[in-house]
Amino acid sequence: MSTEARDITYREAINQALREEMQRDESVFLMGEDIGHFEGAFKVTRGLLEEFGEQRVVDTPITEAGFTGLGIGAAMAGLRPVIEIMTVNFALVAMDQIVSNASKVHYMFGGQVPVPMVIRMPGGAGHQLSAQHSHSLDAVFAQVPGLKVVVPATPEDAKGLLKTAIRDDDPVIVLESEGLYGKRGPVGGEDHLIPFGHAVVRRPGRDCTIIAHSRMVWVALAAAEQLAAQGVEAEVIDPRTFRPLDLDTLAGSVRRTSRAVVVDEGWPECGIAAGVAAHLYEACFDWLDAPIGRVNSADVPMPYAKNLEQAAIPQPDDVVAAVMATLAREVPR
Amino acid sequence: MSGSPPPVPPPEEMREIFRAMTLIRRFEERAAEEYMAGRVGGFLHLAIGEEAAIVGTVSALRPDDPLTSTYREHGQALARGTDPRAIMAELLGRATGICGGRGGSMHLMDIERSFYGGYGIVGGSVPLALGLAWAARYSGTDRVSVTMFGEGAAGQGVVSECFNMAGLWDLPIVFLILNNQYSMGTPVERAAAVEDFYPRAAAYDIESWKVDGMDVLAVRAALSEAARLARDERRPACVELLAYRYKGHSMSDPDTVRAAEEKERWKARDPLVTFERVLLGEGIIDADAIAAMQAEVDEVVDDATTFARESPEVPVSELADDVYAQPWNDDPRGSALMRP
Repeated sequence: MSTEARDITYREAINQALREEMQRDESVFLMGEDIGHFEGAFKVTRGLLEEFGEQRVVDTPITEAGFTGLGIGAAMAGLRPVIEIMTVNFALVAMDQIVSNASKVHYMFGGQVPVPMVIRMPGGAGHQLSAQHSHSLDAVFAQVPGLKVVVPATPEDAKGLLKTAIRDDDPVIVLESEGLYGKRGPVGGEDHLIPFGHAVVRRPGRDCTIIAHSRMVWVALAAAEQLAAQGVEAEVIDPRTFRPLDLDTLAGSVRRTSRAVVVDEGWPECGIAAGVAAHLYEACFDWLDAPIGRVNSADVPMPYAKNLEQAAIPQPDDVVAAVMATLAREVPR
Repeated sequence: MSGSPPPVPPPEEMREIFRAMTLIRRFEERAAEEYMAGRVGGFLHLAIGEEAAIVGTVSALRPDDPLTSTYREHGQALARGTDPRAIMAELLGRATGICGGRGGSMHLMDIERSFYGGYGIVGGSVPLALGLAWAARYSGTDRVSVTMFGEGAAGQGVVSECFNMAGLWDLPIVFLILNNQYSMGTPVERAAAVEDFYPRAAAYDIESWKVDGMDVLAVRAALSEAARLARDERRPACVELLAYRYKGHSMSDPDTVRAAEEKERWKARDPLVTFERVLLGEGIIDADAIAAMQAEVDEVVDDATTFARESPEVPVSELADDVYAQPWNDDPRGSALMRP
């Protein structure tokens, strides 16, 4: 068993997690549109059909509600399905299955049957995909009790969190970022498992805490670089999972820095940033020196035109401005 | 339908079928009384009139065949052998309920008897049944997944998706469309372009047919054949049962839409009365035995009701129990779950 880390892409890290868990446990199977012969819309499942065969790597018709529900039933019978929904927007078609069945079956029937399944889906904005294919719906899933929600930002997290998700006894929503599939980073071996509910400090700092997840971690880190050049040391924290949310680590940081900005690719109303900020107000009110800043995508459906799209998605400059606002400083020109 | 008709059940089983139908009828009548007395909350959907469909189906299956149903599922649980006490206690929201008071009337489950539950989103349980069929095949068992749903559910898109996948992958599943002719208060002729529903499954290369859902032996024969197709020939099947529920959609429905004359016409074919006539005519049971059986069933229902009323409420301290099967922990290395 190798524990030596080597640089691979986020896409390859997910592929490794799937391969290793399928080798380890025969009850794990994959199901989704074009994941077998086509090897996935984003080529995440490359080589898996060849290795595991059509019984365990299953191409489906275009029926998100149907095959997501099939996965729930299979999980209720003791299998460990990993359902791929091609992109997060198509999950809306399966929301009845995810929200009314997957998340509730264990509770509603008094704990008689667990639902040990994973639902993977890429999301996030960008690439001029326009209104229907380009957005983050993380908040929609994070709202639902009974689900666990995983939002990996690095190849290491993508592998470690997915392996944990496959071994977990509850329905786990794994929200991958389309914009990160090509991102490289060090990744551990077969024993690389990351527990849920442990935020990680991506960059230490003393002046303001920036909380960001998934692709926004990289936007926040770029912002922190810019801030450092201006003498502001921002601490960047990645929660890595919502449900469970590691509020202790988040609040601990905010109490040290006395300032916080939450960066979220989703919409501003009732979203992730709003929810995290509310938690932090409750946990840190007496320590805060400024209102908590929020950076979200614009409150509009995603436009197609490149300049409009980029204006709608959080950029490093937006984060810099939000941090500076908590410090009551002007953004230098 | 192909092959030779399945044999008529032996006398002992005929009597048991009659008892099961009687128990469901009496239990549901009592549930209605408990609802009217304010002891049953939420929605209460009764299946009075559908006893032949329920018992005919369950009696044709193996006890380990996974069964799923809709929110109108007290009878399925009773037919599978769930303790009537645990069902009535669930209706009353008590700690001793089969789901610990979390489900209520619409969400009974008895996993030990392979009854995988009642679900409230119309059509939404059908893909779960497909997954249970998938798991049966994947695990190399010869179990058959049976899912009961109404003709209203047959109009949901997800049901068509499941017909397609079942036909495409030859999954061991029986789709049972219990056509009671009303989607809540909307009659078939105002909801369906074609009033037969089994051809929808047939369109996906699934052997499908329609039988009289008021005749318990006809239902049993149809389900036996459907289960045989799924179990032995590894092909999905679909059976449409034409039946009628005597009560409104739920206890909150005053049932003013349906004509009295129509209801009386169907009640004239009451599944209990007609089956009793069969049993008496063939000398399988006599009037005294029927009276004794009914008294015994009444006692069971009385006992269940008393038990439920006297059972403790669910402790509020348990409100958040069981949201997760595996609460947060720091050891992601292995599942704590014991699987069959």
